[in-house]
Parts: sequence; C-alpha cells; structure tokens
Amino acid sequence: MSLRPVKSAGPLARSGGLFTLVFMAPFLLYVTAFLILPTLMLLATAFLGKHGPTLHYVASLGQGQTVVAFRNSIELSALAALVGLVVGGLAAYFVLRPGMPRGLRSLVTTFGAVAANFAGVPLAFAFIATLGSLGMITVWFKDIGVNLYGMGFTLYSMPGLVLVYAYFQVPLMIIVITPALEALRREWREAAENLGASTWDYWRHVGLPILLPSLLSAYILLFGNAFSAYATPYALTSGIVALVPVEISNVLSGNVMVSQQTGAALALGMIVVMVVVMGIYALIARRVGRWVKR
Amino acid sequence: MSRPTHNLIPGLGLGVIGLYFVIPLVATGAFSLWEGGDKYGLAAYAALIHQPKLWQSLGLSVRLAIQTILVGLVVLVPAVFWLNLRVQRLRPLFDFLSVLPFVVPPIALVAGMTTLYTGPDWFVGTANYLVVPYVILALPYTYRALDVGMRALDLKTLTEASQSLGAGWMTLILRVVVPNLTTALIGAALLTIAIVMGEFTFANILLFNTFAVYIDYVGQTSATQAAALTLLSFLITWLAMLGVLFTGRGGRGQVQIGGAR
Repeated sequence: MSLRPVKSAGPLARSGGLFTLVFMAPFLLYVTAFLILPTLMLLATAFLGKHGPTLHYVASLGQGQTVVAFRNSIELSALAALVGLVVGGLAAYFVLRPGMPRGLRSLVTTFGAVAANFAGVPLAFAFIATLGSLGMITVWFKDIGVNLYGMGFTLYSMPGLVLVYAYFQVPLMIIVITPALEALRREWREAAENLGASTWDYWRHVGLPILLPSLLSAYILLFGNAFSAYATPYALTSGIVALVPVEISNVLSGNVMVSQQTGAALALGMIVVMVVVMGIYALIARRVGRWVKR
Repeated sequence: MSRPTHNLIPGLGLGVIGLYFVIPLVATGAFSLWEGGDKYGLAAYAALIHQPKLWQSLGLSVRLAIQTILVGLVVLVPAVFWLNLRVQRLRPLFDFLSVLPFVVPPIALVAGMTTLYTGPDWFVGTANYLVVPYVILALPYTYRALDVGMRALDLKTLTEASQSLGAGWMTLILRVVVPNLTTALIGAALLTIAIVMGEFTFANILLFNTFAVYIDYVGQTSATQAAALTLLSFLITWLAMLGVLFTGRGGRGQVQIGGAR
C-alpha cells in the first residue's frame, strides 16, 4: 500500500470507501449478476426438484448416454491438448532456433494469432471443404486412387475432431509457450554442453524441468479450450460424437425430451471437471514451485 | 549461430505444420469457387451479395461488437483504475474473477442465464441481450489489457496533477487516463471484435441471427456459399489480429485466444 501517504494530498483525501464503492460497484455487480449468479443458479436448479432438494438430476449424470458424453469430452480434450502441446511446442521451438529466416518469427506470430481465434462454425466448414466426404483433398486423393473414407477415415469422428481442434490448439500453444522458451538462456545450454551433456541430457535435466510449470499451465489452458468448445463440434458432427456441450445445447433447445434440471446438472458437471483440472494444476504447480524458484 | 545445417529437420517440421494450416484455407477457397462439375466461378459470392440476411447478420454482429466494447470499457475502466490507484489489495479478487469465464464454459453460462433470466422481454427478448454475456466472454482480455496498460502509467502522479489543476474524477478518467491507454484499449477492442464476430454458442442457443449463426444456416443449404462465408470470416479475424499486432508493438503477449470455439 505504498499509495497510502497520498491521503494528505488535497482532493485525494476525500477518496475513501465511498469512492471505492462508486468505482468498483458497476464491475462487481455486473460480474455477480451475469457470471456468478447464473453459475449458482445452475447449482440450485440441479439440486432442487418440485418437492425440495433432490439428488435425482445429479444422479442422472450416471446414465449411459451422459457418461459416454463426459468420457468423450474428456478424452477428446486431453488428446487435443496433448497434440497441441507437442506440435505447438515443437513449432515454437523450431521457430526460435538460431539461423531461422528473419521474417519467420513475425509470420508465425501473426498467423498464430489469427488461427487461434479462427474457430467455431467457419473452422468446421473449412475442414468439411477440405476433408469432408466431398472435400477437395478427399476428392483429390480419390482421383489418384486413395479412398480416404474407404480406408475408415472420417472427419466426423474423434480422430477427425482432434485433427480439427489442432487448428486452434497448436497456435494457442505457440503463443503461450514462446515467452517461456525465450527465457531459456543460451548460457545454460552451453554450460551443460561444456560439462559433457548431450542434447538429450540437456533437455532431460535442464530444459524440461525449467519449462515444466509453463508446459503444465499450457496443457490446462489447452484442455479447457478444447473442453468448452461447442460451435466446432456442433457444426462438424451434430451429434455423431456425443459431447457434453452439444448435449447441453440439445437440452436447452428442446431437441431432446429431458428436463431443464438435467441440462443444469450437465452444465454443473462441466464446471466441476474444469475446477478439478484447475485444482490438479494448482497442486502440481505448488509441488514444482518448491524446487523451481524463479 | 554456428549450426545452421542442423535446421533441416526444424525446417521440414515447420513446413509440414505450415501445410496443415494452409491447405484447409486453400481448399475452402477452391471449394467456394466450385460451381459443380468442372465449372469454377464466382457464383457463390454473387448469390451471397444479394442476400439481405447476410448483411443483416453481419450488421448485427458488428453492432454487438461495438456495444460489447463500450459496455465492457464503461464497467471495467473505473474498476481497474481504482484497483491500480488505491485498492491493490483487491487484486487477487480481480485476478480470480477474470479467470472465472474460463472455468465456466460458455455453454454452461448460457444454461445458467436462461434459467435465471426469463424476462422482462425488453431485456432478454432482443438481440441486444447478447451484449450481456459477450462482455463476460471478453472480460479476461479486456481486464488484462487495461491492467497492463494502467500498470505502466504513474496513476498517482497523473491523478494528483490533474486534480490540483481542478479536474474532477470524470475529467481525470476520460481526458487523462483513457488517452494514455490508447494502445491497450485498441488491443482490447480488436480482440473483442474477433470474439464477438465469431461467437456462436450464445447466439445459437438464444436464437439470434448473428454472423456465425448465419454461416451455420447457409451451411445447411449451400456448401459453396458456406465456404465463401468461411473465407470472409477468416478475413475478419485476420484484420482484427493484424490490428492487435500493429497497435500492440512493444507491449508483448497481448494477443490471446478468443471465445468462438
């Protein structure tokens, strides 16, 4: 609170709790009304039936279809996050290598920013035009005698979704990991090499341990990013692969004959998954933080 | 450095990754020009231009983007200003609140909002209602941009100087603080545009015909027109991001993800 002494300085002296209220209230009220209360409302709806508190709706999350949707969503997000982590991490590392062309860095930064924001319905259509059953690449492959769909590939499946999700996951990874990679000092590598370390030794004992916290938080970000994706799978698979966000939208749009309470329970389930993932992250980050002092 | 020859594998790797990103765009472009059989032309684009619904949805999304920027700034600028000037101890609360939109996925938020707010009609019945959740979606980015911008300012001196010259709080914020934040504000605004122009979740569930919803609608009838709109959407994102990068020179790390997934 280095700003406290200001109190003696003329007009600022009047700025007490009242001012804090005036400046802060709009924001705090807004977030309360349109973020916190709706979330609490989910909680209340999911646990309240016509005749008082009930576990009925939350218990219904254990039903076959819902379990499949949650498993699919979690598997898909974990996989899409892993692909993003590995491919994006490598890409960022490659771009930062000494001797790479000058303009490459800014090209990748710019395109990464665009691609990370290019998602949802347009992304789904771009891939349908590319690798859908009548997509350009599919047709082209067919012309040279390779029938992708005959070989069992389909865009409207889990592998297909991972392929599409990579389009926003990889650039996001590049954006978030580049600062951490830049912070790896060349001297550390040279010191390791002078002590006889191979490239593998360097990464195993120096590079990766230093990067670990950044990689972890990047993974969590990518997981959440994929987990809450709705528009992309909606436009791409429309129900072929059961995913929680699409299930919720089916409930909200009245496409399926289940109660709003079940929808609330599903939404609550998503939040719980996110909270658990963030919790695991916080635990590991604290562990890691103990021996990686910045 | 000394080992340029070792860049063969990185070069190849980047080439493959680059292809993955370029091919869908090229294929979409080619697809949008396809007129059936071996014929290629601008038929899809010509058909789209004469669709009043396209212009209506595009106009709606642009209007929503502008409203979202304005509401977001009106709500956040005073709060972040005061946070940085006087109540630093509230920072953990702000950091927590700005992460919340990540923890509560948009589809979950819309579920909560539809059960909580069922009226009145002037509030939830018009497309303007979408601004309410869009401000929440843009909150993490707007907050971060404003916070970074204000931290770089000597708010205490600015405040004392302008107040000793007789400026009130409104004058101080509008004529001293905001002009000093131009870069941060433009960055936040462009990111908001990118988010709102592509936002689908809320608009689709709440049944409003925004640009993204229109693309989805077109996709159910004409694949080539949908491809043309996809390119248009990519172009809008591209322009917004170029704007962010050009205004954000020097201020690193402002470019982040959007919310249209």
